[in-house]
Amino acid sequence: MSRSAPIAVVVTAVEHVAQDIKRFSMQRADGQSLPHFSPGSHVTVEMPVPGGHKRNPYSLMGPLDDPHTYQISVLRVLQSRGGSQFMHDAVNVGDQLQISEPFNLFQPESIARRHILIAGGIGITPFMAMTQRFAAATIRFELHYAVRSRSRAAYADVLSAQIGSHVHFYCDDEGDVLDVRKILSGQPLGTHLYVCGPEGMIDAVLNAAREEGWPEEYLHCERFTAAPSGEPFDVRLVRSNLTVHVPANQTVLEAVEQAGVDAPCLCRGGACGQCETAIISHDGALIHNDHYLSDDDKASGEKIMICVSRLAAGTLTLDL
Amino acid sequence: MVLAFKRETFRDDYTFRNSPEAVRRFPFPFDADTYMYSVNIEPHVAGRKGSVFEHPIDIDEHYVSEMRDRALVLKNDPLRCQTLPHMDLAGWDLVELLMVSMSEAYPEHFLLERNGNDWHWVNRPLGIDDRFTFGVTSTLPYGPMEYITRQCQGDFCLLDQRDGNLWVDAGMVTTQADWSMDFDLGMNFFEWHAPVPLAHEKGVFERALKFLMQLRQGHPVRRFNWTMSSTPRLDTSPENYHKWGYERALITPENVSERLHLRVELQALWRLPRSNAVVFSIRCYLASMNDIVSVPKWGRRLHRVLRDVHPALAEYKGLTRYRQTAVDFLSKYDDGQETSPGIWPD
Repeated sequence: MSRSAPIAVVVTAVEHVAQDIKRFSMQRADGQSLPHFSPGSHVTVEMPVPGGHKRNPYSLMGPLDDPHTYQISVLRVLQSRGGSQFMHDAVNVGDQLQISEPFNLFQPESIARRHILIAGGIGITPFMAMTQRFAAATIRFELHYAVRSRSRAAYADVLSAQIGSHVHFYCDDEGDVLDVRKILSGQPLGTHLYVCGPEGMIDAVLNAAREEGWPEEYLHCERFTAAPSGEPFDVRLVRSNLTVHVPANQTVLEAVEQAGVDAPCLCRGGACGQCETAIISHDGALIHNDHYLSDDDKASGEKIMICVSRLAAGTLTLDL
Repeated sequence: MVLAFKRETFRDDYTFRNSPEAVRRFPFPFDADTYMYSVNIEPHVAGRKGSVFEHPIDIDEHYVSEMRDRALVLKNDPLRCQTLPHMDLAGWDLVELLMVSMSEAYPEHFLLERNGNDWHWVNRPLGIDDRFTFGVTSTLPYGPMEYITRQCQGDFCLLDQRDGNLWVDAGMVTTQADWSMDFDLGMNFFEWHAPVPLAHEKGVFERALKFLMQLRQGHPVRRFNWTMSSTPRLDTSPENYHKWGYERALITPENVSERLHLRVELQALWRLPRSNAVVFSIRCYLASMNDIVSVPKWGRRLHRVLRDVHPALAEYKGLTRYRQTAVDFLSKYDDGQETSPGIWPD
């Protein structure tokens, strides 16, 4: 399914909530209410960055009961394509942005008996809405929130005040260690596990759960994979009969969209599979950055997830 | 548009009839002279004025009588409407979808006033005027899904998305083509469609599921399905098979034109905002063979479709018993001329 018409929003508040983290509140530019959303949803924010537009996905944090406002949080990432820096440096109260409609790729299981949420750093954002919903509906849950230092613990105060009895904090530099096995032990049947945070943490948590014998369908993660930058290259689109240049800090998907081609996509993080595209030929090495294709698929050189993966150099010819 | 609602029955004396206007707007489902399963899904966007596609939820002259028939079905068998506990929020999402759509499309008949969570709903054709608190089930006379689907034409299922599948975890099903909500409740997409012949082998359901899991808020989709009915009975359920199954054997060359009906389902799917569940609506339209042949293109085309339909499909749809009788009747209206593309009358 291709991307839909964007929603024009106005930034109504920008708050510094922790080291390198800002919260942006937004309302519809035409004053209408925004679509309601389910916990776990994200929106894509379009960024008119010099040198080519960017689109980054951000989790909707809430509030769930105010259809006029969306809130997202953005961590400034230095080694990136510049989207988060644009949000931090160039976006102010009163500015207009274009966002997508909400879409949910991290929905809590409706029939779970209990939810264990594990967040690392900025990975707390999807859990802000989830915990609101759980608390309001008296659904059993616990939140484990690990940060590198206290100064980076966004929303720790809010979480303590509102759902303190469900929350456990871990500060790396104070020697607190999140012990996954301890958390998993003794959980009742029907407990689902959710993890969101840095790549290494997600893998460690999921692997520990698998080793403890947790079935795959009880494990859920959202990977905040920012699409990496790389070297510039060209993409030839056979069906559209176009050749598009992909600069170092843009993804194939963004470059193709900027050229007016409506390519299917959802998560922009190499996870959902929607943007899988057939490769006709390539004269440089493929750099697969996604979590979707199997190793065999990647080795075959026949498919690419254009939201995160790219070519080392040269020309990539796609069936698009 | 002000609708004139008919008083008619879909059982016993079967006084159901389409007005000439209703025949003209009947959603004839065949866009070609042959039929086979496909993933025939298209965006559910506003279509021709006056057609069943004009509004997202179509209300027509049969509305009041269909709701009366639904109430009778539920009175005899409350299990036709069931909601698993985790689908309550999806039920409220459905209340919003249907009330907003009906009141925007038919302001003469339906009124919705909202002040935060204080809602006021007026349904003039059914004489309902209720105030309730959105999200609080105790302020309604029924659960949210049952409340609103007692007031809306079409069957409705609510599908929960989890574990890479869609689960039919709630539904109001009283106008069905021989399937049971009570039996299917809690099934996933493949289990639910298991009895359908040929389509599994074609990979139809894998593709349809993948597509539906990506369904976006604000971008509903629709498709047609069809079968035939030996009377204009809405409730052709397995539970009541003993009341209608034998009627198939009563179709004769003398009564086929009046008794036999083409039964078309306009199916639409919406992503719901708060629950992330999917609504699957199945709206049934009936047209007698006389209605069909009043449009020359439809008479020609239905003759060819029925004559050539795959035997496994004919058997699954329950057509076998009267198919030849119907084909013989329709053949008189097929002069062999070419038919124009698309579903609309010439």
